[in-house]
Amino acid sequence: MKHTTRRRVGSIALNGAAIVVLLFAVFPVYWMVATAFKPNNEIFTTDFILFPRDPTLEHVTKIFTDGVAGNSIWVYMGNSVVVALGTVLIGAVFSLLAATAVSRFKFKGRAPFMIVLLIFQMVPAEALLISLFLMIRGVGLYDQLLGLVVVNVALTLPFGIMMLRNFVAAVPKELEEAAWIDGASRFTTFWKVLFPLVAPGLVATSIFSFITAWNELIFALILMRDSTGYTMPVALRFFFGQRGTDWGAIMASSTLMTIPVIVFFLLVQRRMVSGLVAGAVKG
Amino acid sequence: MPPWLIPYVLLLPGLLVIAGLLMWPMVQVVIMSFQKVGLPQIRGTRPAEYVGFENYTKIFENDLFWTSLRNTVVFAAVTVTLTLVLGTAVGLLLHKLGKAMSKVLIIGLMSAWAVPPVSAAIIWRWLFDADAGIANWLLNLLPDWLSQALFGQADWSGHPWLNDTVTIYLILILCVLWASFPFISVSVLAGLKSIPSELYEAAKVDGSTPWRTFWKVTFPLLRPVFAVLTILSIIWDFKVLAQLLILAGQTNREAYNLSLYAFTEAFNAPPKMGSGAAIAVVLTLILLVITFVHVRQMVKQGDELR
Repeated sequence: MKHTTRRRVGSIALNGAAIVVLLFAVFPVYWMVATAFKPNNEIFTTDFILFPRDPTLEHVTKIFTDGVAGNSIWVYMGNSVVVALGTVLIGAVFSLLAATAVSRFKFKGRAPFMIVLLIFQMVPAEALLISLFLMIRGVGLYDQLLGLVVVNVALTLPFGIMMLRNFVAAVPKELEEAAWIDGASRFTTFWKVLFPLVAPGLVATSIFSFITAWNELIFALILMRDSTGYTMPVALRFFFGQRGTDWGAIMASSTLMTIPVIVFFLLVQRRMVSGLVAGAVKG
Repeated sequence: MPPWLIPYVLLLPGLLVIAGLLMWPMVQVVIMSFQKVGLPQIRGTRPAEYVGFENYTKIFENDLFWTSLRNTVVFAAVTVTLTLVLGTAVGLLLHKLGKAMSKVLIIGLMSAWAVPPVSAAIIWRWLFDADAGIANWLLNLLPDWLSQALFGQADWSGHPWLNDTVTIYLILILCVLWASFPFISVSVLAGLKSIPSELYEAAKVDGSTPWRTFWKVTFPLLRPVFAVLTILSIIWDFKVLAQLLILAGQTNREAYNLSLYAFTEAFNAPPKMGSGAAIAVVLTLILLVITFVHVRQMVKQGDELR
C-alpha cells in the first residue's frame, strides 16, 4: 500500500517536472508565433495575453507588401534559400568524395588531413572573418550571393566530412568487394552499391549544412552591402537599427525564418542526434 | 588511373576548399595581427605595414580587451556548467518518463534547439522588453515583500534589462542555455539507453541511492559522452556573437566579448583590421589550449582517425 502511494507520488513529480521543462522549451517559440498574429494594442501592453484575442494578419501582410529595409521579405527568404541550397549542393558533393577517400582508402597524408579537420572544428569561424572578407573582396565576390555560398561551404565542410565519414564507414566493405568480383567498375560500385546506402547520411549532413548556412548572420552582414542581397538573419537584425521597434513585424519575420528549420529538425531528429554525437560538432 | 591516385583525386575538391578558405585565411590572420591594416591598405593604395607586436601590446593595454576577456570567460564558464547540469538532469528525466510523455518532451526540446540563434536572441529580447516584456509582468506577480527581499525592488514595470551589462549577460545566458540544453539531453538519453538495465537492478539490490547510482554507475559509463559534450559546449559558448549582437548591439562597449570586440575593431569605421586580427588570434589560441587535451586524445585514439 505504502509502496504504491510512493510510486504514484514519484510519477506525479516526474511528469510535473517534465511539464515544467516542456513549458520552458516551448513557450518562447509559442510566444514568438502568438506575437506575430496579435494586433499592436495586444502587443504593446503590460497585460499578459496568452492567445491573440483579435488575431490579425497585418504584420504578415506588412512584411510582404511594405517589406523590410525597402524590399519584400520574399527577397530575403529567396536569398537565404539560394545561399543555403548552394551550400548544400556543393558541400554534399565535396564532402561525399572526401568522406569516401578517408574511410575507404589508406593513403599518405590521411592522418594529417584528419587532424586539420579536427582543428578547424575548434577554430572559431569569427577568427577567419577578416581575412575571408578581404579574400572575397579581392576576387570580386563582395556583395554577391556566390561569395556567401563559398564561405558557407568552407565553414560547413570539415564537419560535413567528419559526420559523413561515419556513415560511409558503417557500410560493410564486403558489399563493394562482392560487386567488384562480379566485374563492376569502381564507379559503378560507388554509384550502385555505396551511394544508396550512404544516402540517408548524406541527407542528414545536408540538412545540417542547410541549417548552418540558413542561420549564418556575421558573414552575411559584412559580405552583402546592398539590401537586395540581405539574407533573413541580416534583415532581422535590420529591425533593431530603426527607431521604435516594430515587434509585430519582427516576430512575423522571425516566425517565417524559424518554422522551416523546426519542421526540418523534427523530420530528421533521430539521425541528427546520432550523427552530431558521432561527428561531434554543431555549428 | 593508378589505384594510389584515387583517394587524392576524391580528396582534391575538399582539400582545395579547406586549404584555400580555412588554412590560408588562418595564416593570413596571424600575419595581419603583426601588421597595420587600415583603410588605405584595404583599398590597396598603401601596402600593409609591419608593426611587430604593436597590435598585441596595444590591445593588452586597453581595458576593453580585459573586460571582453572577462565577459567571454565568465559567460562560457557559467553557461557551459548550467547547460551540462540542466541537460543531464533532463536527459535522466526523459529516461524515467513514460513513452508518450517522453516523446512529447523530445519534440518540445527539438523545437527549442532548432530555433536559429538570431531568432532565439530576438525572442529573449522580447521576453525581457522593458515595457511589454513578459519577464517584468511575471516579476510583478511576486508579492512585493518577497520581490523586495530577493531583488531589492518591488516594482518591475519598465525595468530596462538591456541597459546594464550584467542583466544583458543574464538574458544571454538564458537564451543560449535554452537553445543548447536540449542537445545535451537527447545525447545523454541516447547514452543512457545503451547502459544495460542489469547494472541498475544490481545497484538497487545493493541498496544504492539514485544519487550514488548516478555517480558510481551512470557517470563512469557515460564519461566519453560527457567529455565530447563538454568540449562542444565550450567551443559553442566561447564565441557567441550573433546573439550578443542582437541583444546588446555595438554601442555598449562594456558588454563586448572577444568576438564582438574583434568584429567591431575590424569592421567599424575606421577599420583596424590588424588589431581585430590580433584579438581573433588570442581568442583562437585560448580555444585551442582549452581543447588541446581533447584533440590529443582524439588523435591518439586509433579508431577515431583510422
